Amino acid sequence: MSVTHAPQAASLAAEYSDAAESEKRRDRRGAGFYRGRSTIGKVILWIVIAAFGLLFLYPFAWLLAASFKPRGDVFDNRLIPRTITLSNYVEVWNQLPLLSWLLNSIVIALLAAGLVAVSSSVVAFGFAYFKFPGRGFLFGLVLATMMLPGAVTMVPQYLIWKYLGLLGTWVPLFGMNLFGSAFYIFLQRQFFLGLPRELFEAARIDGASYWGLFRRIAMPLSIPSFIIVFIFEFQASWNNLQAALIYLNAGSVHQFTVPLGISYAMTLFSPTNGGHGDYQYVMVAALLVTLPMLIIFAFGQRYFVEGVATQGRKG
Amino acid sequence: MTSATSLGTATASRSRRVRKYNKREAIAGYLFISPWIVGFLVFTLGAMVYSLVISFSDYNLATNRATPAGFGNYAQLLQDPNVMMSLGNTLFYAVLAVPLEIIFALFLAILLAKVGRGSSVMRTIFYLPKMTPAVATASVFLLLLNGNTGAINKALGFFGIPGPQWLVDPNWVKPSIVLMTLWGVSGTMVIFLAALKNVPRDLYEVASIDGAGPVRQFFNITLPMISGAIFFNVIVLTIAALQIFDQAYLLFWRDQTNASTDASLFYGIYLFQQAFRQFNFGFAAAMAWLLFVIILIITLVQVKFSNRFVYYEGDN
Repeated sequence: MSVTHAPQAASLAAEYSDAAESEKRRDRRGAGFYRGRSTIGKVILWIVIAAFGLLFLYPFAWLLAASFKPRGDVFDNRLIPRTITLSNYVEVWNQLPLLSWLLNSIVIALLAAGLVAVSSSVVAFGFAYFKFPGRGFLFGLVLATMMLPGAVTMVPQYLIWKYLGLLGTWVPLFGMNLFGSAFYIFLQRQFFLGLPRELFEAARIDGASYWGLFRRIAMPLSIPSFIIVFIFEFQASWNNLQAALIYLNAGSVHQFTVPLGISYAMTLFSPTNGGHGDYQYVMVAALLVTLPMLIIFAFGQRYFVEGVATQGRKG
Repeated sequence: MTSATSLGTATASRSRRVRKYNKREAIAGYLFISPWIVGFLVFTLGAMVYSLVISFSDYNLATNRATPAGFGNYAQLLQDPNVMMSLGNTLFYAVLAVPLEIIFALFLAILLAKVGRGSSVMRTIFYLPKMTPAVATASVFLLLLNGNTGAINKALGFFGIPGPQWLVDPNWVKPSIVLMTLWGVSGTMVIFLAALKNVPRDLYEVASIDGAGPVRQFFNITLPMISGAIFFNVIVLTIAALQIFDQAYLLFWRDQTNASTDASLFYGIYLFQQAFRQFNFGFAAAMAWLLFVIILIITLVQVKFSNRFVYYEGDN
């Protein structure tokens, strides 16, 4: 939607093309960046990189450990809890409407991701395949919108949803995805431009309609990039705190999404707010809402590499 | 877009161009992009115009009326000390965060590039924080950064360094957020990694034959060759830093009953408060346009500045 989403998406795209690249280059190792050769150098390198790896994993280990600790032990920083209790995992569902938050976020994220992947794909096909006056200018406009800070349109968009009587519903959290999103349009267009034009010309001669070209040829072939867009947007939606604050904060706690809910829980249990410092529940919740993203990542990583690699072999 | 041709030749070339388009195909093309056109007209262009109008009005939420207020909101921008303070905080944060993110991401990317085989496991580990929802990251770092019991100060204490009150001491508010941001720096790292892999190996071979050590190779080959990626990352990270909201909100402004330190009042936070806590839509819209202009100027300066340093393939 805005440029702040783009870097993450661009980086993932870079990562996957990079993975495909390294697959291609496996036989001629050493291509690219200079590598040290001495054994001692290698050992030191591995020690440094492993140390950073542990540093990056530490918060996860800390979170996992804390989720099994009774209230008094959460702050003790032990990676192996003194007393291991599973009760947090049972009690969290009573303490917080976590199930509602998860379900709400899943529904919203699926709608947001599905809508934006389809609409961006349709628009991208329009830009990639057809020739029409003003195409270059309009595509430039698509890219230019990525530069616009979200703050500029934040208030008017709120008023538009208010005017449509959709405040207090979930629609503002995914409604704009009906119209495509600049970065995804760009991504999908790049993919379509890589498809051989003869494919479409042949189908035209066989009497396929323009919609048929998209539906029967472009769509099925673009499943890899479709899924990339879907996962990017699913993650963006899953993380979207600000929109939830704007559109849902005034409503019932059961209508909250995951980020809004956990933000609310962090305050709820805070001793400065009359809570008892039951952070172990926040820890369990934080862990449970992170898991879907890690699963998607594990699944998506392999899928993308395959998809991009297949493309590489064809070209 | 427009060229400096005379009107006559322009229309002539246009009519020639029109004939190139197949009418049915052009109509189909417009139909395909029509979802974006509608969205753009309503939610981007329309919203921008509306936002501009609101910024020159007093908006009454109860009656949905915008009464013209001239430059009132913009004049108020200059008078409200919180605007300048939050802008200062935000710029300070950006100046602190962006270089550190670039250096750290580049450092990690170079480590990964040097390791070669086996780096994919490490790359996945470095990438995990990027997949972690901001709200989960914040809830963990809120406890890790705790001045008295947090693991970070415990670790510093182990080395005999007395750790600061990260989340309370105004001087340590921005470093706290930077620390959290650095943990999730892998998006930037991955872009660097791709750029590093594209540096031709011959350059290093020639340089080492000429007797250039690793340090000289880094400054004379690696840095110039990946300057495009550095430039891209600097721009994107700067724009993101100037719009910082989530981390600051989660660490400092969740709790509406307890005011947080002034040092944590970022521009995005104050704008949000003005828009959706105070419902000062006119003032918030004016703030948004000021932010837009500031981002535009900073980006243009960066682009201008980069022309002297960034190397693009095929430039010579």
